Amino acid sequence: MAITSIKNLKEFSTNNDRFEGAHTLCPGCAHSMIVRELMNCTDDNLVIASNTGCLEVSTAVYPFTSWDTSWIHIGFENAATAVSGAEAMFKARKKKGTLKDNDASVKFVAFGGDGSTYDIGFQWLSGAMERGHDFTYICLDNENYANTGGQRSSATPIGAHTSTAQAGTHSYGKKQKKKDIVAIMAAHDAPYVAQLAPNKWKSMAKGFQKALETEGPCFINTVSPCCTEWKFDPKDTINITDLATDTLMFPIYEIINGHELNILYRPKNVLPVEEYLAAQGRYKHLFKPENKHVIEEIQKNINEYWEMLQRREEARV
Amino acid sequence: MAEKFDLNEREVWDGNYAASQALRQAQVDVVAAYPITPSTPIVENYGAYVANGYIDGEFVMVESEHAAMSGCVGASAAGGRVATATSSQGFALMVEVLYQASGMRLPIVLTVVNRALASPLNVRGDHGDMYLGRDSGWIQIDAFNAQEAYDLTLCAFKIGENHDVRLPVMVHQDGFITSHTAQNVYPLSDEKAYGFIGDIVPVDDMLDFSRPVTYGAQTEEDWHFEHKAKQHKALMDSRTVIDDVFAEFEKLTGRKYNRVEGYDMDDAEVVIVALGTTVETARVAAQELREEGVKAGVVGIRVFRPFPFDQVRDMLENAKSIAVLDRSSPGGAMGAFFNEVSAALYTTPNRPLITNYIYGLGGRDFSVAEAKRIFLEQKANADAGHITTDIQQFSGLRGPHLGYFQTKRS
Ligand SMILES: Cc1ncc(C[n+]2csc(CCOP(=O)(O)OP(=O)(O)O)c2C)c(N)n1
Ligand code: SF4
Ligand SMILES: [Mg+2]
Repeated sequence: MAITSIKNLKEFSTNNDRFEGAHTLCPGCAHSMIVRELMNCTDDNLVIASNTGCLEVSTAVYPFTSWDTSWIHIGFENAATAVSGAEAMFKARKKKGTLKDNDASVKFVAFGGDGSTYDIGFQWLSGAMERGHDFTYICLDNENYANTGGQRSSATPIGAHTSTAQAGTHSYGKKQKKKDIVAIMAAHDAPYVAQLAPNKWKSMAKGFQKALETEGPCFINTVSPCCTEWKFDPKDTINITDLATDTLMFPIYEIINGHELNILYRPKNVLPVEEYLAAQGRYKHLFKPENKHVIEEIQKNINEYWEMLQRREEARV
Repeated sequence: MAEKFDLNEREVWDGNYAASQALRQAQVDVVAAYPITPSTPIVENYGAYVANGYIDGEFVMVESEHAAMSGCVGASAAGGRVATATSSQGFALMVEVLYQASGMRLPIVLTVVNRALASPLNVRGDHGDMYLGRDSGWIQIDAFNAQEAYDLTLCAFKIGENHDVRLPVMVHQDGFITSHTAQNVYPLSDEKAYGFIGDIVPVDDMLDFSRPVTYGAQTEEDWHFEHKAKQHKALMDSRTVIDDVFAEFEKLTGRKYNRVEGYDMDDAEVVIVALGTTVETARVAAQELREEGVKAGVVGIRVFRPFPFDQVRDMLENAKSIAVLDRSSPGGAMGAFFNEVSAALYTTPNRPLITNYIYGLGGRDFSVAEAKRIFLEQKANADAGHITTDIQQFSGLRGPHLGYFQTKRS
């Protein structure tokens, strides 16, 4: 069952504590905020799977665990399949009546970083979405392989410096644009797909609740600022997220049944992307005169994408 | 309740069908699978049983074998009975998850219909995939024919799900030779078969929310070694459970299985040690040679993991010359199976002569005549008192002889 009264952040953040604060994520890491939101927005029993990545290595180091609910990690690529299997077993055992509590309401959730979601686990995710398991997949998108020291992923935006797409005298960082995972997931005809951000915690909680309550495979991409690899002060995580949503670098929206697009946050005052880029070390080199064109390209991409989202919202296609 | 499935006292089944009937009788809750020749019919049949109400289970047709085993892991951690099947490339794609399944102590049953590994691509049987699984921490049981594929699949659930074991189990059969050859099979009644296996009693059930569990934690140098040691101990200790299950199965059916199957070994002087259908071929050859006065015997390995080191040693120590047959490309070394048998014999005072034959790769036929020739080479060794051939030889290969290493004498 969903927690209905999401009025007060303080109350909400201490509600139903099933994710313990004692973990080893970096101070200021947004992963834990997002996970906590998910776990606090419902009273239902949760079966959670995590792909390998910062979240997993920081929350279940034997003999400790941060998870006060059923949790499984198999490998880097297969959390979506782990919950597929668990969900299938839930159905089978419910039919046979062999569950400990046959009436318990259970939700299945998989977490993956952008590395596991956009890259190595892409096929596993696509398969699980196509099969239509009743689960929610949440991507913690920090736009790099943070756990292994900040390599590029296909979620890394153009122009960002990573250890495997370096900025240097002959390079402005990553050359390719970010993969549009939300569109790809919507194209799976998923009943609920969204992109959410932890600074907009109310819309995030509502989006999570919708996904949990919707029967079938749901996908949510969340922006998860990584102070270590994006290079900003850990106290600024939410400020950076505000810049991400107010420059429309990360627009917040949902797509229902593959076509009904709703924009969930419209900044009153859209900021130029420079403000977002200038706040992070990974984009520092873009402010050299020879890389000015990259910033222009990023701004152009943002404008075009926002235009497209608005048109699709209107057109409902 | 599952529909009733009528069975005759004697059926004519191939190995694949036999294995799938065992899955039906075990009332497997979840099969997550991906098709590959020659194991495909096993999971197709499971799907058909589900579609027609003969099983109350869930058939999850995933997008790769890696996902098949991943789905099995998630399902097994959720507390029910789980099985799947694969071969060759599919097995290779599963390997990462095989280690994760055994490390999490999940009693999944995997039928491996043995097939060669590419390249070159080949759909026929050899033991390349079986060898690839040998360090994965699974129990590996080998069936030599369709009846055994059926019997041992039933046993596999009972062994793996035993709370003193809690390990995944592979049941191997030879691609095509067993999987696609119809033979007489005597099945148990559904009640008897299920009664033998019993209900699965989950240990750390992810769907029991009164007791949350964390699966697949991280351990570094402080604890990893202890976990792996415990896992090895569980595998080694499973030997007594396997023996008990085989004994119980014998009581029920009269069919007796042993972790090592000796044939005419009491006074055998020359011996073939093999896996899979080759064991039966070698038995025929041994029988014929016995009529000619050659004291031939055969040792078949029924349980490849945990490897029956002491039983192999005890059965072979009084032989004079032994041929260990590897049906897997050795990749720049002696055959892995040869090395294991040799290691067991090294601990005996007599140390019989022992040589290695690489044979049957990619489904190359292994005939009774070839087995006889190998026995006679052992006889020549025994008579000479030393190895008269190369220590490793390829047998049944076209073109010039291929062999390596000779015995060092004096
Ligand atoms: C099959 C496999 N390949 C590579 C790795 C190494 N590895 C572990 S986590 C990781 C990156 C994780 O990145 P992401 O999914 O974005 O999660 P993050 O750590 O950024 O949250 C990599 C490359 C692995 N564990 N398994
Ligand atoms: S490296 Fe980044 S994603 Fe990983 S724990 Fe630190 S802040 Fe979080
Ligand atoms: Mg990442």
